[in-house]
Amino acid sequence: MQKIAPKIEIRDLTMAYGDFVIQHDLTFDIATKDIFIIMGGSGCGKSTLLRHLVGLKAPAKGQVLYGNTSFWEALPQEQEKIMRTFGILYQSGALWSSLTLAENVSLPLKEFSNFSDTQIRELVSLKLSLVGLAGFEEFYPSEISGGMQKRAGLARAMALDPEILFFDEPSAGLDPVSARRLDDLILELRDSLGATVVIVTHELASIFAIGNNAVFLDPETRTMIATGNPNTLLAECEHPTVRSFLTRGEEAE
Amino acid sequence: MTNDTYGLKYIIVKQDTLLVQFYGSWEVSDDRRPALDALKSLHQKTRLKKVEFDTRKLSAWNSGLLTFLLNIHAFCEKHNIEMACAGLPQGAERILSLALAVPENKNARSAPEKVPFVDKVGIWGLGQISAAAEMMGFIGEVSIACLKMFKGSARFRMSDLLLFIQQCGAQALPIVTLISLLVGLILAFVGAVQLQMFGAQIYVANLVGLAMAREMGAIMAGIIMAGRTGAAFAAQLGTMQVNEEIDAFKTMGIDPVEFLVLPRMLALVLMMPLLCIYADLMGIFGGALVSIGMLDISAVEYYNQTKASLNLTHFGVGVFKSAVFGILVAIAGCLRGMQCGRSSSAVGEAATSAVVTGIIFIIVSDAAMTIIFTIIGI
Repeated sequence: MQKIAPKIEIRDLTMAYGDFVIQHDLTFDIATKDIFIIMGGSGCGKSTLLRHLVGLKAPAKGQVLYGNTSFWEALPQEQEKIMRTFGILYQSGALWSSLTLAENVSLPLKEFSNFSDTQIRELVSLKLSLVGLAGFEEFYPSEISGGMQKRAGLARAMALDPEILFFDEPSAGLDPVSARRLDDLILELRDSLGATVVIVTHELASIFAIGNNAVFLDPETRTMIATGNPNTLLAECEHPTVRSFLTRGEEAE
Repeated sequence: MTNDTYGLKYIIVKQDTLLVQFYGSWEVSDDRRPALDALKSLHQKTRLKKVEFDTRKLSAWNSGLLTFLLNIHAFCEKHNIEMACAGLPQGAERILSLALAVPENKNARSAPEKVPFVDKVGIWGLGQISAAAEMMGFIGEVSIACLKMFKGSARFRMSDLLLFIQQCGAQALPIVTLISLLVGLILAFVGAVQLQMFGAQIYVANLVGLAMAREMGAIMAGIIMAGRTGAAFAAQLGTMQVNEEIDAFKTMGIDPVEFLVLPRMLALVLMMPLLCIYADLMGIFGGALVSIGMLDISAVEYYNQTKASLNLTHFGVGVFKSAVFGILVAIAGCLRGMQCGRSSSAVGEAATSAVVTGIIFIIVSDAAMTIIFTIIGI
């Protein structure tokens, strides 16, 4: 299972909707087996940055490099090959509402692997039980709670044993205990699958518990103002915006 | 500005300080512009340097007072006037400072610019061009997906296709029955009034038969499907867009056009001709009801007359048209669904626009096909 996940490099990335620049000149690296946190205040473009990383939105300027390949300059086939190594958990779960949980998880397996039906069924049960949803195979997404949908989304993201896992606000809408369990699961996935993890979040507890590298996006100046291990940032970073974010604004008062 | 129950008074104390005296209950919020205008003209007369407040006679207040104070604050800031909040009720002072704590984000509020008429026409034209390009792009993607399907490598689920066939086939029968029967009835009534004048009421059968087979069966089935199924497709795909489900397909490497659009389109294209034939028969049956009931034509006479006036080509024309309408309705519905924005109101707009686009497509293409068929003599 130990795969060497590619390093992700972001070079001079500028994101914009039309003329409206969200963030400009982002340059940072995500190393293999990092748990990389994209953080920042609401509306600073965290989720938009994620959409650029996973290939849903082309940047206005700059590059996203996977290994040695610049994603947005690559041929469609190469892009598809890179995207095949992703697992993505969307903010709302984004389960396909017309399919049962088992079908949701098995669809990528059926499309992109040569497993037999029995193997697929076993794999689906395994992934669902990993996220604590064993026995919910035949439920439709609308029949389970929001937190369960999120976990099922994670099961689907893990279906193909991805090398890079992207999480968009994984703990939003989860109770503290479930959020904690999700954090543990993310750590476990990194350690056992050797996956690189990129998380968009502003949950401080998660940021300090699992993140080992981070970038801080500032909505005011529309660019990154800090990068590094969140715990180091808390100890050393001098920038008032970063400080007030990491201390819930208590220090700034 | 004075009022019996509440209001304010401007008093100039010293030479450049204004005291704003509130009295009564400020719990209603009506137009404060007269008060602000009065303040403006006061400022023009005597250059103010400071504004103070006296609220000792104020009995009650709510957000109405605060919005007025914010207006005064904005005025003061613009003209460099000092605003002393000390005289305000404590709660109001605190909430006011809370509202002013985070300065307004000048970038976030996009001021509605005044656009000259010529620019508007230009912007509209460019919008139309990019909309047309988007539509052509979508049609291209659908064509590629269709090619893949004929090669047998398109990815979609057979169970989805069967479900859509049921939804836009069997489940549409009741409404198609009702509408086309009534259209047949109406045609017969309209024709009967004219033809009776010549004693030629038997030709009602020709009129109804030809009209239903060549035009009305296909058009009615098409419009029903645009309103029923096209809108449903747009709403389904739009909701999936809002829930990021379409993104999930894309990042999973599954083409949403293949997986979502193809089965929907296939189902409509397969079912529309059947619905059209069914609508034809129902319309002819409606015409027969009028003829038998009103015009003293026997069922056998009507049947024979219909049979003599129609041949397979007439039905063929209608069936061909209906297949075209099926493609167009599916394209309109799926295109609007895939273009849907990321909010619930966008889903509604997508459904509306799918129906409008679908009906426009149907009528325009029908006109074109009718002209072509007439020229080549079918």
